[in-house]
Amino acid sequence: MIAAKEDIIGKLRQDILRWEGFRPPKPGEGGSFDLGPVEEAFPNGVFPTGAIHEFISLCPEDTAASAAFIAGLVKTLLGHGGACLWISWSRRIYPPALKLFGVDPDRVVFVDVPLMKDVLWVAEEALKCEGVAAVICETAQMSFMESRRLQLAVECSHVTGFILRKEAHKLTTTACVSRWKITHAPSQLKRGMPGVGFPRWQVELLKVRNGNPGKWTVEWSKRRFNPVIIKKQQIKHLRRYA
Amino acid sequence: MPKRFVSIWFRHLLTDWKTIRQPSLKNKAVVFAEPDHGRMVVTASNAIAEKHGVSEGMALADARIIARDLQVFDGKPGRNLKLLKGLAEWCLRYTPLVAMDPPAGLLLDVTGCTHLRGGELEYLKDMTDRLRTLGYDVRPGMADTIGCAWGVARCAESGLIVLAGAHRTALMPLPPSALRLPTDMLIKLQNLGMYRISSFIHMPKSVLRRRFGKDMVLRMLQALGQEEEFLLPLKEPVPYSERLACLEHVKTRPAIEHAVQTLLENLCKRLYSEGLGLRAATMTYYRIDGKNGSVSIGTNHPSHRVEHLYKLFNLTLDNVAPGMGIELFELDTTHTEPVSDKQSGLWAAKPAADSEEVAELLDRVAGKIGHTAIQRYLPAEHFWPERSAAQTRSIKKKPESDWRTDKPRPVQLLEPPEAIEATALTPDYPPVLFIYKGTKHEVKKADGPERIEREWWLEPGEHRDYYIAEDQDGRRYWIFRSGHYDGRQQGHWFLHGFFA
Repeated sequence: MIAAKEDIIGKLRQDILRWEGFRPPKPGEGGSFDLGPVEEAFPNGVFPTGAIHEFISLCPEDTAASAAFIAGLVKTLLGHGGACLWISWSRRIYPPALKLFGVDPDRVVFVDVPLMKDVLWVAEEALKCEGVAAVICETAQMSFMESRRLQLAVECSHVTGFILRKEAHKLTTTACVSRWKITHAPSQLKRGMPGVGFPRWQVELLKVRNGNPGKWTVEWSKRRFNPVIIKKQQIKHLRRYA
Repeated sequence: MPKRFVSIWFRHLLTDWKTIRQPSLKNKAVVFAEPDHGRMVVTASNAIAEKHGVSEGMALADARIIARDLQVFDGKPGRNLKLLKGLAEWCLRYTPLVAMDPPAGLLLDVTGCTHLRGGELEYLKDMTDRLRTLGYDVRPGMADTIGCAWGVARCAESGLIVLAGAHRTALMPLPPSALRLPTDMLIKLQNLGMYRISSFIHMPKSVLRRRFGKDMVLRMLQALGQEEEFLLPLKEPVPYSERLACLEHVKTRPAIEHAVQTLLENLCKRLYSEGLGLRAATMTYYRIDGKNGSVSIGTNHPSHRVEHLYKLFNLTLDNVAPGMGIELFELDTTHTEPVSDKQSGLWAAKPAADSEEVAELLDRVAGKIGHTAIQRYLPAEHFWPERSAAQTRSIKKKPESDWRTDKPRPVQLLEPPEAIEATALTPDYPPVLFIYKGTKHEVKKADGPERIEREWWLEPGEHRDYYIAEDQDGRRYWIFRSGHYDGRQQGHWFLHGFFA
């Protein structure tokens, strides 16, 4: 009896998720994002594609980290074809660096919008287009209504959108599926090695719709994400030397 | 189809223009005068002044004596050409082939246009009536050849419309001046007693050529239609063009949208049947107050889809100012390309089906914010960071070489590099701390230097020694020292980018 009740509740949960725009990936479509524990935070344990993700950054360094993290996600999205649009108002992205994160820079179309108010117009048009795999939109402001429009656009077209909010000191309510904050973490080198290690980020999920927010450390090495799980012994070890 | 030409002669072009501007001059003698060899000479006069005996080339002082109360205005060389150009553009509503005929005339190729307004007489009457209403004293002439139409407009007493094939008989009674000959030639003919074209038209060509030169024979043969003559049209005719004349003057947005839709439907039907697609088009609208304007679109790949092209035009329709009303729309394709039934892939690893959608999306974006906004980058064979990615507008161009991945490059690049203050313990070693925008960064880990030489064949300057520096918070920077360390100068260090 209890088991039957749980089944019903589980089924209802799935239905609600489907109504809210989460879809289980079609077989053969969803590539792995290699995000491990980070993906577990999302409903069904799957990174939601065909939705809007919001990334906030407070300083240009964070913007660089967020852009690289997004590029790592876009790499998987572009694996099945389609175009990628990078819409920005004041762009500093250095295209050759995208190759280091697995995205062919010549497959990305950069749209430099002269007026900030047109950024979201272009983003909405791009998100409505089904031939596009991913849209990255750099902007400073986004109201709830604007985010709602974008979310409605992707629910029809199944395009994945990334809103990169620069200098986002004021957080507003949005209709996005998740809110990320990517900051730098000191890189780790093997003992005695000179130089700098692989890029390493502190990935924070501030908000996930129907999921569990959390905080992880992720490293980019061997052309993929590698979540870093710091074992308890290591923490002790680190504390001792801290 | 036999050709038909119209010549319009503005008898008093400049003075009529002045009278339209200043209606009070209507019943006065008006002349334009220009300085010539230290005196003022009459260059244009109106009918009343001519009645008094004033003629072109007369000294202004003489003219003032003959005609009292003479209104004199300063003439400007080239003003008649400007007026004629405006009038020629106005005449485009009657035929697409209009040419200027200085000093005071227009030539129109009206082949196949007259039936649209109910016959040749109505066509010519409509045109001249409207020009007369504007205030111009015009004389038209219509014939099979340019030369005959010109002569009839200027010299014939009656019968301004010469029937098809009758141009030879129409020329017979006209004076030699109807043949567009220079003045000295006319005086020579006058002295020889040849007052009519009929008196010398039967002479053998060789005799005429020997006595009057080959130009005169050429003019005569052109008028008779035995020698080819071409118009130099004001506007180049466009092979794929559609026109829509409106019975009622169009003022509202829905009406303009409907007109554009209709034009596009007709045009796309034609393009489709010939296997062509549109790459660039211009829509010109003519307003009833004589002004006109145009809006243009461009596409990334040839298209003959009405819905897509209509969307592109719809984005530009805000710039259309209908004013008092629009009477004619014209859609010209400035660039067409053959369209393949199956579009080839936009990029190599991509299914072909969606490339068209992306191209149409980019067309819409370009229509809204401009073509310059859309960029793609291809690898360029340069080590210098600013030059290692080449911009391109084309969305189909493929990279010729691979992207380099052997050296780390920052995700964000500052252009231009920003000056920082840095302290290095040893020359050629990475700095131990640097100050950027007032914030101190202690360098915990660093890598470098990576020396990049400036390409001296492109620009002069110092080389750069790049270091990757990671500060206490794990943030990474790309900093460089410009030139060699010499121990004295500050401001050698620059921040060039942020790593991921």
